Amino acid sequence: MQSLVIVAHGSHLNPDSSAPTYDHADTIREAGAFEAVHTGFWKEEPHLREVLRTVESDEVYVVPLFVSEGYFTEQVIPRELRLEGWDVDRWESDGLSADQATLTATDTGQTVHYCGPVGTHEAMTDVVVRRAETVTGDPDVGEGFGLAVVGHGTERNENSAKAIEYHADRIRETGRFDEVKALYMDEEPEVDDVTDHFTATDVVVVPLFIADGFHTQEDIPEDMGLTDDYRTGYDVPTTVDGHRIWYAGAVGTEPLLADVVLERAADAGADVDEAVETVRRETRVAAGRP
Amino acid sequence: MTANTHADGATPTDASGGGEDVPSIDLPTAAIDALARAPNDDERSPTLAVDGFRIASDDDADTYIFETSEGRRTGLSRETLAEAAREHAVVVSDWYVFEHVVDDEGPRGAFLRWLEGATERLDRLDRPNRPDRPDDRLDGHPEDGDAREPREPIRDRYASLATGVTREWGELRITVTLADDGTRRYEIRHADATGIDRDHLESHEDPRTARSIAKHDADGRYRPLKTAPTLPTGWVFPELDARGCYETVETFYPATVANWDRERRGALDVSHWHETMARQTGIYGVIETWDRGEGHEHVEWVAETCCADSQCLKRREWEYDADTPLSVDGGDGVFPCREPCSLVVSAARQWTKLESEAERTYEFDLTPSEKEQVEAIIDAVADGRVGEIREADVYEGANRYRTRFLRAKRFDDDGNLCGIPTDPDEGTTVE
Repeated sequence: MQSLVIVAHGSHLNPDSSAPTYDHADTIREAGAFEAVHTGFWKEEPHLREVLRTVESDEVYVVPLFVSEGYFTEQVIPRELRLEGWDVDRWESDGLSADQATLTATDTGQTVHYCGPVGTHEAMTDVVVRRAETVTGDPDVGEGFGLAVVGHGTERNENSAKAIEYHADRIRETGRFDEVKALYMDEEPEVDDVTDHFTATDVVVVPLFIADGFHTQEDIPEDMGLTDDYRTGYDVPTTVDGHRIWYAGAVGTEPLLADVVLERAADAGADVDEAVETVRRETRVAAGRP
Repeated sequence: MTANTHADGATPTDASGGGEDVPSIDLPTAAIDALARAPNDDERSPTLAVDGFRIASDDDADTYIFETSEGRRTGLSRETLAEAAREHAVVVSDWYVFEHVVDDEGPRGAFLRWLEGATERLDRLDRPNRPDRPDDRLDGHPEDGDAREPREPIRDRYASLATGVTREWGELRITVTLADDGTRRYEIRHADATGIDRDHLESHEDPRTARSIAKHDADGRYRPLKTAPTLPTGWVFPELDARGCYETVETFYPATVANWDRERRGALDVSHWHETMARQTGIYGVIETWDRGEGHEHVEWVAETCCADSQCLKRREWEYDADTPLSVDGGDGVFPCREPCSLVVSAARQWTKLESEAERTYEFDLTPSEKEQVEAIIDAVADGRVGEIREADVYEGANRYRTRFLRAKRFDDDGNLCGIPTDPDEGTTVE
């Protein structure tokens, strides 16, 4: 009997913060690969500290819905879940390669397969591209388009920028888009100057954030000049300095992210092959469905 | 609120106030199939002490033995076993529901037993390895069975279930009733919706709908704390099965059942204030510095602020530390709070910063009524009553016009009360 627990940050202030976590949990639940699919949060309930005691299975796959390896995945989550003998070396990661570690939760005695974050999995690259398809309504988008992958920046954690560059590089290598850039909120190259970085008229901007909130809904649209006041909204696309900016909002809201959660669990040994097929099939973008 | 808000096994309310009639049960085929398999299932085989009957197989004759406190029948074929089971449909269905429908000896199973007042079944969950079994064999001493007489409690419970057994869990009102086949149906609504016709409530089937109901309060504001007493009403889950009932409750109040069950078994692990704050890192690491002074008065204020029943329905069980209880009341909630929650931790971080400031003496000139008005404003905000104060009720200190008048009279252009700057180095801004 295997169960899945998706763990995320959550928020005391933003009601939308937990929405992607619930949505992806529902998608995976309906795909039927797990006995049960649970959610746990740092700022909401059930708290990380108590989520495992709501899980009836003895074997649990825990997948962090975070964009990069760092403070939360390395310290907070293992500590609050009470994973016995946790040490970040268990992941043997270079900052991008955390896969899984199998430990025992001292609180419940469950076997926990603690997975790396969704944001650094190679399947996340497909979600960034899928996000571009969704926001343009074009399942073949690429030719004549630039793509910007946007991250928070290195403020506290160098792994954050590594993840952005990793996906930008992978997408660039496919040759699908005319140009691909990694941009940041807090460091150069900055998302404020997005139009300076592209020659293509059409530019899709995909922030590598899990949930829509202050940064993706207020800061980035205003910084890019899509709007003077986020409360009045903006068009997709919006023309800025002669470029059409297709702003996608947080990549974490893209339904295909459920596939990355499953891939993480699969890498840790979960039997989810059929569910992966189901999720990929059901989250596809139909042409003309922006 | 009805009286059943304690986890101490208090008898739940019987919605009819009477309900002496034991209903007839149309035992499902699945129950009889399960019964026929029971002699080969050590874990789920019924016992006289708890289930009110027992069954064994006579392998030589390929027949069954069926026994209740009223008597013992032997040489039963599969067909005559089914007849015997139907004659005792109440006890067989109760066994079947808990062993095969609920099928859980953890928190979920305990909760579902507690909901309908199945105390004898709860008691068994608490006894490891089911010690009733060794002396409860058919070849044991049948006369012992009479002393444990389980039949009447089950029949009484069925009589109550026929009309509905109700418990409250936070602001939820949960009513258990019987379907014709003896399985349970659960209705969940807001306790404030007691007595309202179902047709006047918005009806839901999917437990996940509870997420969106619980997301905002009646004024549309986000509820960051699921156990805040601000759950909106106007909805009903009219017909949940056992699994759906548990999932709905867990969605409204996550992890409350698990912690209630640990407490019920005497195994609640409490993380007190001091150890919880010592565990914090990152931006919350600063909270630990708040504990370096003498005493723990600051924690009393936090508990009084955040953990009163008016703010959270959990019953606070954590103290300053294991040896230093707090004097403020922990509340009367049915489910326990086993450590300071993330909202308390976040607020404590801000208070740690604010409380590091040294006190200063300010001198203000206020009329006695103005002083009382300042106190009334603080009270109204702290008790969340601002919205209730009527537009023209200028007799209330926290009325908007009264407050605007106070501001017009007493604030300078920089928003300083009585023109007194917060930082004394700035000098006075009015004469």
